[in-house]
Amino acid sequence: MTEQDWIDICSVDDLQPDSGVCALVKDKQIAVFYMPKEQAVFAINNYDPFGKANVLSRGMIGDLNGAPMVASPLYKQHFNLQTGECLDDPEVSVEAYSIRINNGRVEVSL
Amino acid sequence: MSDKQTLVVIGNGMVGQNFLVSLMESEISEQYEVVTFCEEPRPAYDRVHLTEYFSGKTADQLSMVEEGFFENNNITIHIGDKAESINLAEKLVISQQGVEIRYDKLVLATGSVPFVPPIQGKDRAKCLVYRTIEDLEAITTAAEHSKAGAVIGGGLLGLEAAKALTDLGLKTHVIQFSHRLMSAQLDDGGALLLKQKIEALGVSVHTNRNTIEIVDGEQHHNKLVFADGDELETDLVIFSAGIRPRDEIARACGLKVGQRGGIVIDNQCRTSDPDVYAIGECAVWENQVFGLVAPGYNMARTVVADLAGDAAEFEGADMSTKLKLNGVDVASIGDALANTEGCMTYTYQNGQEGIYKRLVVSGDGQKLLGAVLVGEASGYGTLLQYCLNDIDLPENPDSLILPHRSDESVGLGPDALPESAQICSCYDVSKGAVCSAIEGGCRTVADLKGETQAATGCGGCAALLKSVLDCELEKAGLEVNTDICEHFSYTRTDLYNIVMVEEIKTFDELIEKHGQGRGCEICRQAVGSILASYWNDYILEKSHLSLQDTNDTYLANMQKDGTYSVVPRMTGGEVTPDMLIALGEIAKKYGLYTKVTGGQRIDLFGARVDQLPLIWQELIDAGYESGHAYGKSLRTVKSCVGSTWCRFGVDDSVGLAVELENRYKGLRAPHKIKFAVSGCTRECAEAQGKDIGVIATEGGWNLYVCGNGGMKPRHADLFATNLDKETLIKYIDRVLIFYVRTAERLQRTSVWMENMEGGLDYLKSVVIDDKLGIGENLETQMQHVIDTYQCEWKTTIADEEKLKRFRHFINSDEQDDNVLFVEERGQIRPATEEEHQHLKIAEEA
Repeated sequence: MTEQDWIDICSVDDLQPDSGVCALVKDKQIAVFYMPKEQAVFAINNYDPFGKANVLSRGMIGDLNGAPMVASPLYKQHFNLQTGECLDDPEVSVEAYSIRINNGRVEVSL
Repeated sequence: MSDKQTLVVIGNGMVGQNFLVSLMESEISEQYEVVTFCEEPRPAYDRVHLTEYFSGKTADQLSMVEEGFFENNNITIHIGDKAESINLAEKLVISQQGVEIRYDKLVLATGSVPFVPPIQGKDRAKCLVYRTIEDLEAITTAAEHSKAGAVIGGGLLGLEAAKALTDLGLKTHVIQFSHRLMSAQLDDGGALLLKQKIEALGVSVHTNRNTIEIVDGEQHHNKLVFADGDELETDLVIFSAGIRPRDEIARACGLKVGQRGGIVIDNQCRTSDPDVYAIGECAVWENQVFGLVAPGYNMARTVVADLAGDAAEFEGADMSTKLKLNGVDVASIGDALANTEGCMTYTYQNGQEGIYKRLVVSGDGQKLLGAVLVGEASGYGTLLQYCLNDIDLPENPDSLILPHRSDESVGLGPDALPESAQICSCYDVSKGAVCSAIEGGCRTVADLKGETQAATGCGGCAALLKSVLDCELEKAGLEVNTDICEHFSYTRTDLYNIVMVEEIKTFDELIEKHGQGRGCEICRQAVGSILASYWNDYILEKSHLSLQDTNDTYLANMQKDGTYSVVPRMTGGEVTPDMLIALGEIAKKYGLYTKVTGGQRIDLFGARVDQLPLIWQELIDAGYESGHAYGKSLRTVKSCVGSTWCRFGVDDSVGLAVELENRYKGLRAPHKIKFAVSGCTRECAEAQGKDIGVIATEGGWNLYVCGNGGMKPRHADLFATNLDKETLIKYIDRVLIFYVRTAERLQRTSVWMENMEGGLDYLKSVVIDDKLGIGENLETQMQHVIDTYQCEWKTTIADEEKLKRFRHFINSDEQDDNVLFVEERGQIRPATEEEHQHLKIAEEA
């Protein structure tokens, strides 16, 4: 792989501590989560495959067995924020994306 | 015609109905067309709790019949039609209204009638009996212009009738023929204490009184004349001198009846005609009539088993009983009167606290034969098990009735009980059945009640059931994990107490000091709710935002497609035309689907996040405020129109509903809370289906608590009666904050109370008697919540920073292209999946 193509989304100040926002990147809805204590950011697809709606960015976050996760606001399935895997149903996953904080800006790579 | 046989049941009382339920649960129900006759104008109801009719329960609430039971099971019921004769030779039953049915099997469950002694004047006006709802209605009517009432008969039913008369506000007398009350169940010592206790409640008890005549009174309608020449003036006279089996229909058709009445049955409950059974109080087995429901239910099960060809025998019944008479605990077990030859007794009497306990043990001191408990009957379950299961007594049997003043362990551990031990006698649930339910996954008393029905009858076995549960769980090494989640090794109540004691204000502080990890949606929400209940800060504060579920974070209710619905508050369901018009205009402007909710307000659906602040700005300008439909908090106070407009209204229910809703709006709780206020006992606001229900009566407000609709509906329990508004509000304040403090997360008030040790009585003692001495503290906390109320939408709209979050994309003004609506019945609705694909294809084409 060559140098990743980082796309600027917003400022870190636009993120909500310990919760999510949604960004539109190349026609994709990206759910972006922020844990200020660890200065960690995560990006997965915003589409909830169970509820079939673009809502994951509005879920509550935290960790389960050490893995950072979001709980869908519709039917409460948990998704691993690093891998996009559904923790309740290994058959299901959502896309996860590379994301970083760079000089106070949040950048994602699809 | 089907090839099914016809089974006729005469009588739809508690036992008749129990038979039908048992039959329908059995496989043989398929083989029968079932027809039943019910003489009374309504199907079976709970006669055991009949007195509750006077403290506000309705006939519907007393019903023993699940809605749709007869229809769903294809049972033909002739209500208000009495079976009048039986032709055994032709196997025919003929009713009063001329219905004729040929039966293959016949079950008689005709019950009993109160015995009215043959004294002169017994048929005078206001001389009544106490058995049916119609009797109670007659008593209520007769009580209207009366001041005093006398019950003839000081047995169990007589004392219940006396309670009813007291509830009706009459000066009450109990006239007992023998020298002590409840002479069949209590010994002299126990009966004397019971008499003192009942007299302390204002009831006059007259023992050794033989009523020989009832004549005109001077100050009152009636006058009782006793054999010794004494007289007593009274208005009402209630006869409650025992029961007589209703055997007239059996007698007339030639079935064998007992010497002192009752239809003679064998161990299979068969009468002298093998195709005819008799069950319940109309039957006599080995010269005994059983006047309790549990033996009747046992007979019903025996008949179902016999019909199925299974071996089953009715082998008599234990007549032990425990009840609360006018608030006095009374229990009688086995040979309470010490009639067994050579038996010994142990007696404990505590004059100051009003407790009397007596044990009757076998001559060798090994076995318990019987017991009497008055004033304190918590040992009933243990003693009954000793008696029924022939368990060897401890070395000092008196330790079972002496108060334990040290922490020595007395009483029988549930472990000592055999599998066959009957835990619940109302529903015949054995310890074995309870254990298998626990193995099957039951973890709480509430689970067990649902699964086995144990403790759902008289409730007398609830404490024993709990101890069996605890013991079994412990044995199985199943320490019930009550941790809220992996981040906190505490229950919600623990966390609440920590927040209170350490004055913790944020989730981060709490998890740092007492938890681990980053939290999850479970603990975050629970802590969010605790902090909101206790401190009542604005929930969208930066430190609290991540603790709110999506509904709370956007102050609206997320629907299946990710859009939101909006519910402005309409206190008490009251709205002016102008405000209604404004609401309609706003809904129209934003193209929202509009529906009236069950809580008497209006829900507007299909709002996008970015529209929410715009919609709310307009709603607030029109005078609305947040309805908190998104929160685990007070939702609505539903009301009927009340005395202001209604011809039947007794008090201003809308006025009170508005006041209560304004008082408690914004209160965050472990789950949503719903109220209702009805202006009279017609109960149009359905207050008895709510967490807090209030009903107006002539004497003041009646308060009901811990009901709910939803998946497992539960009627609320009557908590206190005839309250003035100030006391009513005080009680509600206390109940609510106690709930907020001690319930588990997402526990409705009903489950909270059912799981509380001591249940309703305990809750009453905390709230009404202030047993824990926290009453004022609870009220102070409520006052804090009331004083710090804010309309969350008003606060949000005024804060530019907060409004930033109300857009779908952080980096674009586009909208979610996955949200699609179609029109239905003149309004929008979310497109189905199929329509989604259709619309997308159409767009791309």
